[in-house]
Amino acid sequence: MNGRIFSVVGGMFLLTVCSKGSQSNVQAAPPSSPLTAPAPAGSSDVSAAGGTITGKIKFTGTAPRNPAIDMSEEAACKAKYPTTPTEENVVAGPANALANVFVYVKSGVPAGQTFPAPATPVVLDQNGCRYHPHVFGIMVGQGLEIQNSDPVLHNIKAIAKANRPFNVSQPTAGMKTTRTFAAPEVMVNLECNVHGWMHAYLGVRPDPFFAATGPDGSFSIKGLPPGTYTIEAWHEKFGTQTATVTIAGTESKTANFTFAAH
Amino acid sequence: MTSVAHARPEAHGDAQHAPMSFWRKYIFSTDHKIIGIQFLFVSLFFLLVGGLLAMQIRWQLGFPGTPMPGGGILPETMAVNRVILPEYYVQLVSMHGTFMVFFAIMPLLVGVYANFLIPLKIGAHDMAFPRINMASFWLALLAGLIMTASFFVPNGPIRSGWTNYAPLAARPDLSGVTVGQMLWCVSIVVLGLSSVLGSLNYITTVINHRAPGMTWFRMPLSVWALFITAILGVLALPVLQGAAIMLLFDNVLGTHFFDPVAGGQALLWQHLFWFFGHPEVYILILPAMGMVSDIIANGSRKPIFGYHSMVFAIIGIAFLGWIVWGHHMFMSGMNPTLGSTFMVSTLLIAVPSAIKVFNWLGTMWRGNLRFHVPMLNAIGFVSMFTIGGLSGIFMAATPVDIPLHDTQFIVAHIHYVLFGGSLFALFAAITYWYPKMFGRMMSERIGKVHFWLTFVFYNLTFFPMHIIGMGGQMRRIYDPTIYTFLKPQQPLNVFISYAAFALFAVQFLFAFNFLWSLKFGKKAPMNPWEDNGMEWSLPNPAPHGNWDRTPNVYRGPYEFSAPEAGDKDYLPQYTKLPTDRDPVPAPLPAGGH
Amino acid sequence: MRWWLPDAGSTFAGPIDTLFLAILIITGIALVVVEVGLVTFVIRYRGRPGRKAFYTHGSTRAEVIWTAIPAVTMVALGLISNHYWVLIKDKKSVPPNAYHLGVHAKQFEWQVTYPGPDGKLGTADDFTVRNQLHVIVNQPVAVELTSEDVIHSFFVPEWRLKQDAVPGMHITAWFQATKTGEFELGCAELCGMGHYKMRARVFVHTPDEYKAWVAQQAAGGTE
Repeated sequence: MNGRIFSVVGGMFLLTVCSKGSQSNVQAAPPSSPLTAPAPAGSSDVSAAGGTITGKIKFTGTAPRNPAIDMSEEAACKAKYPTTPTEENVVAGPANALANVFVYVKSGVPAGQTFPAPATPVVLDQNGCRYHPHVFGIMVGQGLEIQNSDPVLHNIKAIAKANRPFNVSQPTAGMKTTRTFAAPEVMVNLECNVHGWMHAYLGVRPDPFFAATGPDGSFSIKGLPPGTYTIEAWHEKFGTQTATVTIAGTESKTANFTFAAH
Repeated sequence: MTSVAHARPEAHGDAQHAPMSFWRKYIFSTDHKIIGIQFLFVSLFFLLVGGLLAMQIRWQLGFPGTPMPGGGILPETMAVNRVILPEYYVQLVSMHGTFMVFFAIMPLLVGVYANFLIPLKIGAHDMAFPRINMASFWLALLAGLIMTASFFVPNGPIRSGWTNYAPLAARPDLSGVTVGQMLWCVSIVVLGLSSVLGSLNYITTVINHRAPGMTWFRMPLSVWALFITAILGVLALPVLQGAAIMLLFDNVLGTHFFDPVAGGQALLWQHLFWFFGHPEVYILILPAMGMVSDIIANGSRKPIFGYHSMVFAIIGIAFLGWIVWGHHMFMSGMNPTLGSTFMVSTLLIAVPSAIKVFNWLGTMWRGNLRFHVPMLNAIGFVSMFTIGGLSGIFMAATPVDIPLHDTQFIVAHIHYVLFGGSLFALFAAITYWYPKMFGRMMSERIGKVHFWLTFVFYNLTFFPMHIIGMGGQMRRIYDPTIYTFLKPQQPLNVFISYAAFALFAVQFLFAFNFLWSLKFGKKAPMNPWEDNGMEWSLPNPAPHGNWDRTPNVYRGPYEFSAPEAGDKDYLPQYTKLPTDRDPVPAPLPAGGH
Repeated sequence: MRWWLPDAGSTFAGPIDTLFLAILIITGIALVVVEVGLVTFVIRYRGRPGRKAFYTHGSTRAEVIWTAIPAVTMVALGLISNHYWVLIKDKKSVPPNAYHLGVHAKQFEWQVTYPGPDGKLGTADDFTVRNQLHVIVNQPVAVELTSEDVIHSFFVPEWRLKQDAVPGMHITAWFQATKTGEFELGCAELCGMGHYKMRARVFVHTPDEYKAWVAQQAAGGTE
């Protein structure tokens, strides 16, 4: 166990990592709100044994205002919101909790160890001309089921480097398209060119050790075998931060990240 | 290559009078007539493919977003829940145009009839280069297969229209097409090679292999048209090939000929494409005009009215065809002064076109008209080509082009020229020379029913497109109903779709007639249409090598109802009257060396 | 159901529609001559036994007539058309008092940049609105057209205005709207799978309405 490691990515970001011993697990298992990534089904298979990393993600300063979206051109989408919808660049929870942060084990998982992709697909819903979830993770080979809940055309353009880019469209409500990703990549950008404000980000991982934070800013990565791991937190506006965590046995450790808003 | 491997046994086979194997005779043939027939079957197949794509386009435009019958067989990259996807719709319009222009109409007119008719009509034993001719066919088939293959590769075929405007076609990240775009380019390069080889062959044959007495101005207008078309082909296709290679490089090698982001020129593609593309339009209509001229003279039992001006009109159209390409680019941001120049040259094309139409009318004037199926289709051609030609004037006048450009109006125009024009001419030509190809006649009764139904449904399909185009419906849009200004005219789109389905269904009459008559058609007499052409001095079908001895030609091709014909109303080019002297054989070209 | 061009909404509609009608009349006459001729000949000269066709190779006089008439008509049509063409499309024809807007086309949206309260494009108070084109009635407007990615085409049917937006090129297209109300801007050049959805709403305002709208946008609006 290495005690404390600081790793600062980008001079303007403040980072604190606290790794204490066993702590009564806050277990902020994010409720299945549409904004959080469904926990990959595969992770439960390996969680029987192994350690857990939990944490909470916050930011300091004032969050930038999310631009309002003028949906007047798509009446069907506009009707789904009581007030003017906004973009989801920085979604903050109570006490400066930061949602939509993708946290994953960047390195430390023994090479050669493979994890089967879960059979259940991750669902990406286009509803009200926004993506739900906005930031999420998926395993290599796991299905991404893209569905359209709007009666208008959406196209889903995946901008990827390690994976084959794709661009599919769904002109009517109820359409479903499934795609898979063949290589790990953090992050793949998804966008809709018909509605320029629609963006989603997805992390493709070869293992189930990842999570995305919900409105309360907390995450939990379970089932890690003993070892020393570099974990990284990614946010679309605030960049990335990394921390090193060593797991021995079935203990639970905490890794908190704090990003700085300007 | 196969041609070499098979060429030697042929010599022995002929010497021993052994019957040629099926493969030698029908597959790896160097006989211009068999190659023409091969082109006929292959391009009729692609005509069917193009038609099937058109039906899907019409389904989507008539009933946007509703599940298409039979759509279940399409993969989810093309249709979800049997609903056509926008990307597949764009592929449909792109490939419909590609197949129809490059693999149906062009090979039907040029591949089939330049091959089949030129040697027969000028009294030659075969093409100047029979093996190059065979290579031309096999390259065309290869190109067609490559193009078809693009439906089965990841991301499917092209999505940028048959015109492949760059930078959309040059940037896989913007078009979403990867392999399909490369296959399009490769296929076009191969097809261009086929066309150039074929065209060189036609040009050489016409110049060097005319029978004694077949002077330039005794050539039938069909041969004139095919000859001029071949000259257009040999000059135009290489431009397209060059452009396709550049487009391929942009896609594969990372060059940026057409991508302004890295210093390329987006309009360069349009200039190259239309510099080929407009002569191509005349490649698609001149042979039709030529064959229709032959058939109208025959059906009217009269010489063609103003033969010489008909020849000069063909040459005039072909020449003007090289200086009008900019009229496809009036809205492109090209310098408006250039637009003025292209407008004037474009409007001038109306002059030779008018000469042709009025001369056909003049031919029918005071004739003794026989309404056989080819004649009916030829008259259909004249009346429909007239509409197609006149509707072109709207878009040639640049200010009027502004609201009409890239709307359904241009779709109506191109179909009046290519379906009403070229395809009616092909129905006429196929029926007319069927006995020469297969020794049997197509059914006259089915042919007439087919003509009338096609004529009616064709007009019901394409005429209303002018109106929805005037209303502003843009080309290649997947769902017009999302526009408030287009919604009121959606019933007309539905109407067009029904008419189009009927039009497609009627074509099975033709297919049935064509196939059924191969085996059960009436045996053709020697000269079933009582025509003057050299080809009718031969048995039906004509043997390999055509004539045993090179025939003599005694007069022009249109001596119908000539006084010296006596009680008959036609006087073939090969008939020697007591007053005729044998022509002096021309010295063999290049034979002295 | 509409059987004609869309309602006129700009100063271009007058001459263009008149020219359209003129061509329709000219081509209509030609069409009637040809089709009536065809039908007449088909009936009158239908084959009958014992009849023989009139043996002639043509008539130079007739051919000169039907060569000269189309030639003269076409040259005249070209001259008239060119007058209006220059008026609409030539760079020098953009009125000096035109109100300039930036229109940036992109798969699959129109980004319209307004000059803001100062009325000048390229200053700090410019603002950009997606898929909404607001203009003032009876005021010449010059659209500075650019494209982000592929070729698009700016098309407002009521204004009889169409102009491609080409990447790497800066094209100015001008017009003067004559009718207030809401219209539609569509893309007329195939630009990809979402081509048909590349639609913007067009609002033609009175000067006061427009001023109010600009003020509202400049005060925050959507951004």
